[in-house]
Amino acid sequence: MNLADIINPNNLVYEKPKLLTENTMHYCPGCSHGVVHKLLAEVILDLDIQEKTIGVSPVGCAVFAYNYIEIDWQEAAHGRAPAVATGIARCNPDKVVFTYQGDGDLASIGAAEILHACNRGENIVVIFVNNGIYGMTGGQMAPTTLIGQVTATTPNGRDAGRNGYPLKITELIAQLPGTSYVTRQSVHTPASIRKCKKAISKAFQAAIDKKGTSFVEVVSTCNMNWKLSPVKANEWMVDNMFPFYQPGDLKDSTKTDPASYTPLKN
Amino acid sequence: MAKVIGAVVVDNEECKGCGLCVVACPQDALSQNKQVNGRGYHYSFMKNPQACIGCSNCATVCPDSCIVVYRVKINEVRTEPVLVS
Repeated sequence: MNLADIINPNNLVYEKPKLLTENTMHYCPGCSHGVVHKLLAEVILDLDIQEKTIGVSPVGCAVFAYNYIEIDWQEAAHGRAPAVATGIARCNPDKVVFTYQGDGDLASIGAAEILHACNRGENIVVIFVNNGIYGMTGGQMAPTTLIGQVTATTPNGRDAGRNGYPLKITELIAQLPGTSYVTRQSVHTPASIRKCKKAISKAFQAAIDKKGTSFVEVVSTCNMNWKLSPVKANEWMVDNMFPFYQPGDLKDSTKTDPASYTPLKN
Repeated sequence: MAKVIGAVVVDNEECKGCGLCVVACPQDALSQNKQVNGRGYHYSFMKNPQACIGCSNCATVCPDSCIVVYRVKINEVRTEPVLVS
């Protein structure tokens, strides 16, 4: 059997999801954003919610996310995506609203917005792509930068005395009663990508079922600003990011009542 | 025994030559081309087409979704061993 016989539409097993547009992504080679976009498109197609999904894109590398996935999008001011998503979700209770944010957008500039949106338990999905660096602006230190990590603004490595400690915002958010599903995933191997897809799917299902905020952190790479090749960046992430940002579910109350938080007794 | 053979088609112009698919391939069927595409990237290609099993690992990890995977199952006729007296 030769190649021409195999390459036949009847034998197709994997192709680009139909929801992704023909535009070439502007991301650097090997950027994790492309994989997360693809997973989002696959999940939205699987759940058949293309017509009622509204995404809120951040400021950061993913600012042009609206060019790549064919759903309704809204661009928010820097860090304010959860606030904008709150408004959209409250005005359109039948829609599925998600925000797509990076670590500078979510953990630094928009830290107040995300904490309060999660604490209010808005019915939104938050996709948080954490690569520990400000990618778009040229690799400056982010709140999630690891101790000792070299960036443009910490050329000798992040020093806890001078720059403070890395922020585990996902752990903070998992404590809030408004959140229903908080998880940390990664997209560096085929197995982890399939696991991440399941997590995103579960988060969207929780939003459809009105369970409260679901939060999916994706520990990812920024090979260009880490100054490594894409393959080496994945290895660096496994060796250095995973001991601090451990993948796994931090909270899963999608099966229980979201209002299980006990109020004060008078 | 049924044998699975596959083939991948890489969109040469979309490929950014990140090399993640080369590492993800369990059969060592993919490699980066020495030639470059229109944008100057060393695009991926099948260096060993016979090895491909169509597992779609390469397409799963591809950030630019430029790999399409095909797979066929072939039922090989099992030959019975002939007893020679």
